[in-house]
Amino acid sequence: MNQSAVLQTGLYLLVLLTLAWPLGRYLAALMSGGLAQRLGWMGKVDRGLMKLIGANGEEDMPWWRYATAIVLFNLAGLLAVYLLQRLQLSLPFNPAGMPNVEAASAFNTAVSFVTNTNWQGYVGEATMSYLTQMLALTVQNFLSAATGIAVVVALVRGFARKHAQGLGNAWLDLSRATVWLLLPLASLFAVFLVGQGVIQNFSPYVEAQLVEPVSYQVAKTDEAGKPLVDAQGAAVMETVTVRTQTLAMGPVASQEAIKLLGTNGGGFFNANSAHPYENPTGASNFLQMLSILLIPAALCFMFGHMVGDVRQGVVVLASMTLIFGAMVAVVVWAESHANPLLVQLGMDAGLGNMEGKETRFGIVASSLFAVITTAASCGAVNTMHDSLMPLAGGVTTWLMQLGEVVFGGVGSGLYGMLLFAMLAVFLAGLMIGRTPEYLGKKIESFEMKMVSIAILITPLLVLGGTAVAVLLPQALTSLWNPGAHGFSEALYAFSSAANNNGSAFAGLSANTPYYNLALGLAMWFGRFGVLIPVLAIAGSLARKPKLAVSVGTMPTHGPLFVVLLVGTVLIVGALTYIPALALGPVVDHLQLFAGQGG
Amino acid sequence: MMKNLIRPALTLFVVLSVITGVLYPAAITGVAQVVFPDEANGSLIQRQGQVVGSSLIGQSFSGPGYFWGRPSATGPVPNNAAASSGSNYGPQHPALAEAVKARIEAMRVAHPDQAGPVPADLVTSSASGLDPHISPAAAYYQIGRVAKARGLKPEDVQRLVDAHTEYPSWRIFGDRTVNVLKLNMALNAQGRV
Repeated sequence: MNQSAVLQTGLYLLVLLTLAWPLGRYLAALMSGGLAQRLGWMGKVDRGLMKLIGANGEEDMPWWRYATAIVLFNLAGLLAVYLLQRLQLSLPFNPAGMPNVEAASAFNTAVSFVTNTNWQGYVGEATMSYLTQMLALTVQNFLSAATGIAVVVALVRGFARKHAQGLGNAWLDLSRATVWLLLPLASLFAVFLVGQGVIQNFSPYVEAQLVEPVSYQVAKTDEAGKPLVDAQGAAVMETVTVRTQTLAMGPVASQEAIKLLGTNGGGFFNANSAHPYENPTGASNFLQMLSILLIPAALCFMFGHMVGDVRQGVVVLASMTLIFGAMVAVVVWAESHANPLLVQLGMDAGLGNMEGKETRFGIVASSLFAVITTAASCGAVNTMHDSLMPLAGGVTTWLMQLGEVVFGGVGSGLYGMLLFAMLAVFLAGLMIGRTPEYLGKKIESFEMKMVSIAILITPLLVLGGTAVAVLLPQALTSLWNPGAHGFSEALYAFSSAANNNGSAFAGLSANTPYYNLALGLAMWFGRFGVLIPVLAIAGSLARKPKLAVSVGTMPTHGPLFVVLLVGTVLIVGALTYIPALALGPVVDHLQLFAGQGG
Repeated sequence: MMKNLIRPALTLFVVLSVITGVLYPAAITGVAQVVFPDEANGSLIQRQGQVVGSSLIGQSFSGPGYFWGRPSATGPVPNNAAASSGSNYGPQHPALAEAVKARIEAMRVAHPDQAGPVPADLVTSSASGLDPHISPAAAYYQIGRVAKARGLKPEDVQRLVDAHTEYPSWRIFGDRTVNVLKLNMALNAQGRV
């Protein structure tokens, strides 16, 4: 078991970093415009697209125009996703006749997919038409990822430029990221996934004749649909026998590929990447894990190239990898232990915690996926996080709460981590009594104010939202598990929404007016409450001169800065969240193992 | 200030929507249907021209002559492939222990030849509720019962289980598994129930 964990994790990191290096170089050439200059046809397509949309691709936008462009583009997406859900019954590609989605749920899902969160309060295969899945959800999987890339590129330009008013062109950045990065990668990956068994069709749902009929018990109801009870007050049950199995179909692979590459995470099916039609084999699972962290890792190298010092990118990537490795170890360890309450009943302990896991993945590939998806703001799951052992559930919650900066979302992970880097040089500056600098830019009071807003807004949303959720009676009825684990469900939901992750302790009944609204707001402000201050910082940095390195400059390209950066992330995360985590996962763990000697 | 941003925002959104939401899924479907038609359409298993299931989607078995798969938490019927779901029970949920207790008792009654602890995957529900696999240990656990019900020699059934044991992808990623539906269909193909 341990050998397999080290082997799978080691190979994973090896392949990831090997692929991220060339992709990072490609990204630097693509987003700086160098590639379009060298390849004439690429430049022609770019210019043609700009002409088609009626934009001036040459305009160098100041930060507020860049930010306005991004917000308007996302508002258009919000409206489109909402309307497509509300009208899907009247639109084509709806062979299962899915009714129009109810307003609060449609609002929640629209915010969710626009903000790259992909929280799902609905059951995909029983709610969304094929058209909605493609034209609303798949589109946002691309565009929310492109938004993240555009914003981080603008921030990196802020560091790289001097005495500059502009941060680049938002239209060009969005279209380049979509057309020249996400589209080719997703196409390759989608075809590979189909080869493994992921479905891709527009067929109606298939009726299969079962090999052996299945009988099951349901509560008997009267003509009004009310459950019948016998003289003792117990529900009257009747046996139903079914001879067929309905197999849900759809264009899954095309959505699956970008769901992972764009760190979106919204599954075609309710069971997400645990569903055999989304993730059928160990190989598809490995490639899915790889594609979640591929672009976030490559962006670190892109950052290094664009600021003219690759070591700066390596330091950020190393900090992420260190935290990631430690979290993998804890989760694999926790999940390798079987639930002691079930072992007492006579269950074999050898396999570990198999509730909510798929046999083909087993403990290691499930645990690894759980850490990857919460380290990145992906939120796809191949194991049910609600059924994780308490400490493993706590680690995945905390990874989201750290602000999704351990690799993080496409673009948002790196800009989040660069906020922490500025905080780290600021803290170091306080300690040695110097004006803090990062990459030759003075970090002054305006930058620190914006950093503070961006770093503090998510804890406010997470802790505030959870506090309200455990006080409101109508919110409490949504909890599925009793006791400390129920609190963990609410805490996980707000951690996931505000940090734009999108995975869930899915026992929570989130499709209620309170949760649809509260989580919708948390997702929106968790995204744009960070994104806009980041662009403001970028604008301010771009205007500044670039200072020459002197003996007084604190180096940010070596192991010392890795320690400082990791320390800053973990200390801020610990101070903010340990009290809340103590009430949920920690109590849950202590109760579960009380008297077990473990 | 915003005026000359609104039009590009809308038009860029529409253009990219057409590319990623119409052309891209259509192109992938076209390629998939030509290169991998079986997989793209659900890895369906046909018998006498009739679809009897998918090799990727688990079915429920409860007869003594069949191997049994993972418990499924889908509703209302187990292994409902139109509404996938896990149980979402936390480790301390009282209903989890209750359900596992009942499953262990049922396993012990059905397998009087097995004295040891029951394999975990036979008594815990899967993540999707559609898990097509069990571990080789869980299959071995059931050999005695299946052989007896079908009047086969346990060695012959074991050989069939071994022949249906699938290895992790590239022998590294994932765990060893046995596909329950394929194994049961192979048993049926031998003719005796």
